[in-house]
Amino acid sequence: MAKLVVDHVNKVFRLARERTELVALKDISFTVEDGQFYSVLGHSGCGKTTLLNMIAAHEKPTSGSLTIDGKPIVSPDWTKTIVFQEHALFPWYSVYRNVTFGLEMKRLPKSEIKEIAARYIDLVGLRGFEDRYPGELSGGMRQRVSLARSLAVQPLILLMDEPLAALDAQTRMFMQDELERIWERDRKTVVMVTHSIDEAVKLSDVILLLSPRPGRVREVFQIDLPRPRKETDPRFLEIKEQIRDLIFADFVESVS
Amino acid sequence: MELLRRLAWVRNLGLVTVVLIVWEFFSGYVFPRTNPSFVTLMPPPTAVAVAAFELIVSGELAMQAWASLEREMVAFAAAAVTAIPLGMAMGWWRSVYNQLMPLTEVLRPMPPLAWIPLGILWFGVGNTENEFIIFLAVFFPVLINTIAGIRSVDVKMIRAARSLGANEAAVLFRVAWNAALPQIFTGLRVGFGIGWMALVAAEITGARTGLGFLMWDSRNFLRTDIIITCMITIGILGLAFDQVLQLIMRLLLPWWREAR
Repeated sequence: MAKLVVDHVNKVFRLARERTELVALKDISFTVEDGQFYSVLGHSGCGKTTLLNMIAAHEKPTSGSLTIDGKPIVSPDWTKTIVFQEHALFPWYSVYRNVTFGLEMKRLPKSEIKEIAARYIDLVGLRGFEDRYPGELSGGMRQRVSLARSLAVQPLILLMDEPLAALDAQTRMFMQDELERIWERDRKTVVMVTHSIDEAVKLSDVILLLSPRPGRVREVFQIDLPRPRKETDPRFLEIKEQIRDLIFADFVESVS
Repeated sequence: MELLRRLAWVRNLGLVTVVLIVWEFFSGYVFPRTNPSFVTLMPPPTAVAVAAFELIVSGELAMQAWASLEREMVAFAAAAVTAIPLGMAMGWWRSVYNQLMPLTEVLRPMPPLAWIPLGILWFGVGNTENEFIIFLAVFFPVLINTIAGIRSVDVKMIRAARSLGANEAAVLFRVAWNAALPQIFTGLRVGFGIGWMALVAAEITGARTGLGFLMWDSRNFLRTDIIITCMITIGILGLAFDQVLQLIMRLLLPWWREAR
């Protein structure tokens, strides 16, 4: 069980140089149910990464509360791990040791570490690459290692900060399918931040649309399409258009 | 053909050969007929080779070189084991940095050689004084590079480690330390080079052994051939040690080349 509740969260950055305040997030409330794939959609500067960093406890909200299963989020630990856009793998460790890092931090017995690492390296399809260094892998493979490393610690919530944004279009589409496959195998509560409507509709149970400056909840979409989802499905396209129209209307409003 | 390709680097010695031939021509052929005193000041390569051969056979060169190397190593090791932990602390904890930076900023620009007078008064002439000067020369490049290495660790990597359950010690010793290692090695290489330069000056002024001493002593007897032999030896040993450090770096940090 892992249910995330974000309750009336505000985040204000004080800009020391200009002596002004920047409201990054305003009155954000939402609930992520156990086992849900939840996406936060919005363009850059709408505060979505800040939101993710607060769930991971790398940043603190100015006001409001964040809880996992009723317990307030205080400090970063393995219960909520992040997959970063630029993977943030440790280049000095092999694929294997990157994946075992969190397990060693948990002080699990050696045999168990070996077994779990093998399972997750298998899951992301990297068997045979255990001894490679991240620098020797392609972008897509690095992102898989990053995913395996985060999943291996068995977090209550998996956080993903635009995990596929740094990949080329083809790899990206392939990795979306992979992400869906992996998530179906290892059902975690997931919060993913993205600016890609396609990606959000393809993967999520729920999409939270943020409007920018300050970031506010614009709309929440329940996506109940059967999986695996096809981009050509008329209903897929319909939802996409609905979201796009909303973003576009906001954009026109903000410019005029 | 394979053998030829392997020996291709020999071509790069072309200019060196020309310089040696011109030098030999002037010092060995022109000067003896026009201005013999020049030969004493700048003996031909063949004469230097003879001097070097004699010094090698008698064991004198090895003995003096070892005396120098030993000093360099003692000072280098002492500087590494003090500067690296201190640099890590300064790079990691803001308050340590704030307290120590004013001090280091004043001490760092002082040439190590400026410490020679005090060094001789404090430690007398001998190994300790020499090692003290070399220590100062090695210390600051290692310190500055360690601080910079620790401070430039990607914040995302630190966050990744924390959200994988790493505590403060694990973040420092398994993430920051590893991330900073390439730059720490750069500091060690630069430090060794500067230490090696300081060594000669330190030995000239305050030693009874070592390559610097041998050079200075030979000056009294106008043995320019020995002086040049010492200079070449210093150059070759410095180069060799730098190669060894690079080799150690490649062995310890196999990931480094790929990551760049």
